[in-house]
Amino acid sequence: MPASVLILAAIAIGCIPAASILAAASWPRRSPAAAILLWQALGLGWGLAAIGALVGFGAAGQGAAVASSAVRQLASFAGTGTSPPVADLTEAVRMLCLAAGIALLGVLCWILLAASASVLRARQRQRELLNLLAHGDPKVPGALVVDHPAATAYCLPGLRSAIVISAGTLELLDADELAAVLAHERAHLRERHDLVLLPFLALLRAFRWAEVARQAYQAVELLVEMHADDLALRQRPARELATALLRVGAAGGGGVPSGALGAAHREQECEVAARVIRLLRPAPGLSNAALAIIIAASAVVAAVPAVLLVLPLR
Amino acid sequence: MDVLWESADPLSVREVSGLLTDRELAHTTVMTVLDRLAKKGFARRERNGRAWHYRAAESREAYVTELMLSALDQTGDRQAALARFARSVSGTEAQALLRALGALGGAARG
Repeated sequence: MPASVLILAAIAIGCIPAASILAAASWPRRSPAAAILLWQALGLGWGLAAIGALVGFGAAGQGAAVASSAVRQLASFAGTGTSPPVADLTEAVRMLCLAAGIALLGVLCWILLAASASVLRARQRQRELLNLLAHGDPKVPGALVVDHPAATAYCLPGLRSAIVISAGTLELLDADELAAVLAHERAHLRERHDLVLLPFLALLRAFRWAEVARQAYQAVELLVEMHADDLALRQRPARELATALLRVGAAGGGGVPSGALGAAHREQECEVAARVIRLLRPAPGLSNAALAIIIAASAVVAAVPAVLLVLPLR
Repeated sequence: MDVLWESADPLSVREVSGLLTDRELAHTTVMTVLDRLAKKGFARRERNGRAWHYRAAESREAYVTELMLSALDQTGDRQAALARFARSVSGTEAQALLRALGALGGAARG
């Protein structure tokens, strides 16, 4: 078996415990932006390595790089007709692996498209409803206000983005806290955090049974919030953001049927507390050396599988 | 749309135009808007004699509730459609948060 296939398999398997370790680590909170980069690299590296290992094993013996040998192997199967001769067990296993690799590639692409489509549909519906229901308010310039007693604030990402604040939130927070909320939401929109989350949502949909997919999604979601908090701090003092978080967190859901707020509750409970603690007692950011290591590790994790896929290696 | 919500009976295009007194809108403009609302399912229309009559498909409150529910839903994929400022927490946690808030207030004054 070519060395490249073994390396790809090792990376694909190694990414899974690495993700669990990263999800449990505490340093990402000190530099959310760097941690998000590492998560993205880990996700991309895993996908490439898993597909590459399966396809590469299936196509082994055809020589050259994994990607080109897979194409050649497919061509040879096609050349021998619809039912290629299954000479022995190894050959059958190889074909299965090749099929599994191609299926994985297809599933990942399909799920990403499906997740994007459902997200876009939900946003479109939100926009239509907001067009009919929302109005502006001088207290929150640039944001849309919906008359509802529940305290909630969110942003609707996209080309035509919007920040939505409920009337309940307007009543609950003072002017400074509202400004902090707006700064936080604007940071989400500017950084396109929705695009960061989308691939992890797709992974979660594809592998609902996998604990590690859930861990990854939740970890990235929290990091994205913390990153937006950090960006908001450049404009507003930490206190305003912290008290706004506490007030909205404690009051949220008021006036909404309790059945609507559901299952995800228990696991997520400490999220607001974690963000507030981080705002009020900030840990020092990671050193430049540590950041350089994280960036280098991200580059390696994403680039090695990609290189192994296209470079011939025996 | 507000006009439709406030009216108990289905309204014709002419009646809607008449009720939109604050704005000078051409009859055809109102017709186009109502037609678009009907296509999107926000308004229902029925033929009454020669003219179409429009009424709101759902009450304003129903739409506000839908909007808020999808914003507050913490379970589904909707999470990714929009980013919420703070996830709400359950009773005991909320009390802990409020205590922390009280402590913060005290520190500020002290």
